[in-house]
Amino acid sequence: MGLKVTVKKAVKGFMLDVSWQIGNELAVLFGFSGSGKSLTLQLIAGLIKPDSGFIGANGSTYFDSANDIDAAPQQRSIGYVFQDLALFPHMTVRQNILFGAKGVPRQETAERYHEMVNAFYLNGIENKRPSEISGGQKQRVAFARALIRRPNVLLLDEPFSALDTPLRIEMRAFLKDLRKQFHMPIVLVTHDAGEAASLADSIIVYSEGSVIQKGSAGEVLDNPIDERVRRLLVGQPTSDPLPVNHSGQARRKSSAPGENRP
Amino acid sequence: MAAVSTFFVVFIGVPIAYLLARKSFPGKEAIDIVMTLPLVLPPTVTGYYLIIVFGRNGLIGRYLYEWTGWGIMFTWYAAALASFVVALPLMIKAGRAALESVDRNLINASYTLGYSELETALKVTLPLAKRGLLAGGVLSFARALGEFGATLMLAGNIPGKTETMPLAIYSLAGSGDWGAASSVVGILTLMAAIFLYLANRYSKRIF
Repeated sequence: MGLKVTVKKAVKGFMLDVSWQIGNELAVLFGFSGSGKSLTLQLIAGLIKPDSGFIGANGSTYFDSANDIDAAPQQRSIGYVFQDLALFPHMTVRQNILFGAKGVPRQETAERYHEMVNAFYLNGIENKRPSEISGGQKQRVAFARALIRRPNVLLLDEPFSALDTPLRIEMRAFLKDLRKQFHMPIVLVTHDAGEAASLADSIIVYSEGSVIQKGSAGEVLDNPIDERVRRLLVGQPTSDPLPVNHSGQARRKSSAPGENRP
Repeated sequence: MAAVSTFFVVFIGVPIAYLLARKSFPGKEAIDIVMTLPLVLPPTVTGYYLIIVFGRNGLIGRYLYEWTGWGIMFTWYAAALASFVVALPLMIKAGRAALESVDRNLINASYTLGYSELETALKVTLPLAKRGLLAGGVLSFARALGEFGATLMLAGNIPGKTETMPLAIYSLAGSGDWGAASSVVGILTLMAAIFLYLANRYSKRIF
């Protein structure tokens, strides 16, 4: 059970080659911008097709180049919260959330909708447009829209990056809460060390299209595999270009899927 | 007549604009250029091409005449067809720009929420491009209304049958009836100004 991702994808001089597996937990994809984290989410969601590999969640195969399987994004049952949230500006909060309820049986839709409105504290703003609500409210609408269908997997692409710090901390607490309510693999992309440390069950560290370290949050935080990871995790901004060659140890680790399952 | 051709301009132009905006396929830019040519070519050249295609000995017109005994030349339909061909590029240009400006993430969000491409186009892409599409439609209508050269080539100038307003002005001025000509000119100018105003209003008010 969980989410298994083994993909290769070359894009304009950049090569993504990663392999990891998580259970029904919150995994943080961590690393500098441009290391392939968001691309990985797009591959999982089926918005971009990998060159080769395997993607599957809780028994369903979404992509398998060996067996020529490539499910359309519509068939993958994945909740995706985009970096810019991607709320539909021409719809109200209610319409946005209900837009996510495609495939939910008609009798259940109203009940689930109220469940979402309550869980995400959206009472009173249901008839407003996204342009009329606050940043934190927009976040919660995006989560409600992604979750009303009860997807197999939840992908979060730096959903808090546009928020100022107090709101960001509030949203972290909210996400922790969410994690207890919904049992599914959650993948959170971030390059904020504090976010990774406070939210992650496990951490997968990306650098230039490869996984350089992965493990439970405690393991990675206590024993960063090298100086680069350590500096990333303590949150010191570094402008040094990352060396391309990785240590042999990191390589071996990244090619052994599943070793860090809880 | 301008209304009929605008109706077809919208129903044919919007899907073409959508394909040009969202799909990549070989020859895409070539199609864009061919579709846009009537915008820059002298209308008489467009009319000439239309005769080659739809005339009684034309590529399509020949078969039309053989099978039905009917030719489009010098009919009301020819005037509508000429307006359609010269107005279509405006719809495609404005539509393509409007559709391309729709945020890619909104379309992806709709896909991940389980909506097919057609459902997404109808519920997300087209509604978000609505104003640009309306502006394109209004501009096309104004252009169809003012069409002269291609109409004259394909439909001739038959009073009461293929005589559009611009053609009527030509005849009236030619026969020295300045009073009548100036009133038609006035009406046409006013209508064009109104449509331009509408086009500006629609295209400016984006969310």
